[in-house]
Amino acid sequence: MNRINSTFTALKTNKRTALIPFITAGDPSIESTLPTMHALAKAGADVIELGVPFSDPMADGPVIQRSSERALAKGMSLKKVLAVVAEFRKTNATTPVVLMGYANPIEAMQREHFVNAAADAGVDGVLVVDYPPEEADDFAAMLGKRDLAPIFLLAPTSTSERIAAVGRLARGYVYYVSLRGVTGAGHLDTVEVAAKVGEIKKIVPVPVGVGFGIRDGETARRVGKVADAVVIGSALVQGMFGAYEKSAGDEAKFAEQWLSAVRRSLDA
Amino acid sequence: MNLYDLPDARGHFGQYGGTFVAETLIQALDDLKAHYAKYQHDAEFRREFEYELKHFVGRPSPIYHAKRWSEQLGGAQIYLKREDLNHTGAHKVNNCIGQALLAKRLGKPRVIAETGAGQHGVATATVAARYGLECVVYMGSEDVKRQAQNVYRMKLLGATVVPVESGSKTLKDALNEALRDWVTNVDNTFYIIGTVAGPHPYPMMVRDFQSIIGEECIAQMPEMAGRQPDAVLACVGGGSNAMGIFYPYINHENVRLIGVEAAGEGLDSGKHSASLTKGVPGVLHGNRTYLLQDENGQIIETHSVSAGLDYPGVGPEHAYLKDIGRAEYVGITDDEALKAFHECCRIEGIIPALESSHAIAYATKLAATMSKDKVLLVNLSGRGDKDMHTVSMKSGLSFYCHPECELGRHAAASPNKEQIVQLLKR
Repeated sequence: MNRINSTFTALKTNKRTALIPFITAGDPSIESTLPTMHALAKAGADVIELGVPFSDPMADGPVIQRSSERALAKGMSLKKVLAVVAEFRKTNATTPVVLMGYANPIEAMQREHFVNAAADAGVDGVLVVDYPPEEADDFAAMLGKRDLAPIFLLAPTSTSERIAAVGRLARGYVYYVSLRGVTGAGHLDTVEVAAKVGEIKKIVPVPVGVGFGIRDGETARRVGKVADAVVIGSALVQGMFGAYEKSAGDEAKFAEQWLSAVRRSLDA
Repeated sequence: MNLYDLPDARGHFGQYGGTFVAETLIQALDDLKAHYAKYQHDAEFRREFEYELKHFVGRPSPIYHAKRWSEQLGGAQIYLKREDLNHTGAHKVNNCIGQALLAKRLGKPRVIAETGAGQHGVATATVAARYGLECVVYMGSEDVKRQAQNVYRMKLLGATVVPVESGSKTLKDALNEALRDWVTNVDNTFYIIGTVAGPHPYPMMVRDFQSIIGEECIAQMPEMAGRQPDAVLACVGGGSNAMGIFYPYINHENVRLIGVEAAGEGLDSGKHSASLTKGVPGVLHGNRTYLLQDENGQIIETHSVSAGLDYPGVGPEHAYLKDIGRAEYVGITDDEALKAFHECCRIEGIIPALESSHAIAYATKLAATMSKDKVLLVNLSGRGDKDMHTVSMKSGLSFYCHPECELGRHAAASPNKEQIVQLLKR
């Protein structure tokens, strides 16, 4: 059974909301990604979303853009991201890992080859930002063959027909983008989020995670009341970079302390 | 060959094109698709579009026989489609009018655009002023520096120009930033994409608005040359002027279609923008097409003396026309384009845009290998006024600027710099 499914089954039994941190692989440094993943798991991450840096991250706000640029400048690549996951799996067999990124690095590797390499490395799910369901039929099938979950985005503007189309292809969980804009933007309206998540839950058979605009324990707690999972990225990435700039090597420790605090708020 | 009827309903040209965007943009694109389908053949919309092209742009643009030059080359006769005579100085305005008329009908009071050299930005700012729309233009901060005159033109026309500091700070990053704006302000904003790239329906819609170029040619060529041309040539960056002139000729099987890419410092120099000649298929900016990328799938920086061709992708329909062999794509270097630029000025009395100079350069090469009864039609997609600075720098000539500016240049090189700066401040 896919680790994502077993994780959500256990969470449901314990009536807990999943906490899903996002970090960009290779930022602030290539060496820090592996220890940071372990730190996040220790701090209570239920799933880890690992960003695969891309030169043109058109759905991301300034924080993740800069983060991707730094990671690429350090020489990060999709191949190296998979190597980090394989290394992580040597000592962690339970925490699901989801790769999040853009289509072109995957297409450059050849999609079939990527799917096999990702499965072999111990990846559990893949979210390709610019593969909406109408362009992802065959890719979702390829992932399915290796028991990898295709994760899809849903937006405030998604119609019920689209939610249903996503529901047919989605495995693992769906990722609801809680506001109009890019990652790390503005303030989110929890009432609006609750209404839309309710609608999605009626149509989509997998758990619903909410992200974009969740920046601290308090927003996580409020969103956690209506969602199955909260995804938190830009605030963590920014904090880790700040810690790294103050003292390189402290970023994993920062991530652990920061996420532990979010975990406590979420569980309160 | 069957009658050409692409893209399909999902925006695919064979394996190219499509809708490769985040879910956050899908609704806006669906909305645009529905409205475009509705107005595309709407008599009132067509009437307004044609009226504007005639009275605001000055269409139809003439076809001109470059007789002296053809005689000197001693081969095929070269004809130029004079898009340089359009209002705003290039073909870009045709598409901007079409999209702005759609924006009005969709009730969107704000338009945004990306621009590289600034031609599409100027055209968008122009139509925004004409229709009373708020206009924001995204432009890479490197391009803002290189194209100061066009930045000023946009500001004169009432647009806000936003310098983009991310990535390589050029056209592709401006496009990313415009997409981010659109996602955020989708309720009141219409995104006017300037080329035949981006997610469906843009490649199709921009092609349709630009195909007025080729349609006019089909009507004008029999009168000018007694027949249709043997080959049609156009420069290709994103590829909108080329699609505009190619499209009506696709079903004219005997007419060769030749797209000319920017070979920069040479196709093997690594410093060029020849996506079709040197790229491999991938996904960027909402469509699958040929891209200049590294082995890890990261988009690489491109080079061309002409900012309008300096783009790592290309419209998906060109990718398809290349693969099926209906169109050929070749490269012209910076030096070859500059040579053609100067010859066009001296021999024909026309100052062409550096972009268009690529197409002209290839036409002169090709003409020399053909007999005198052959006919080449070149899309002279824009005028070169915007390129004065680039050309004068490349030619090692001093470009005139106002006295303070001349002084400023001397000041920078002078040991008495501080003193001169003080003088200037007075």
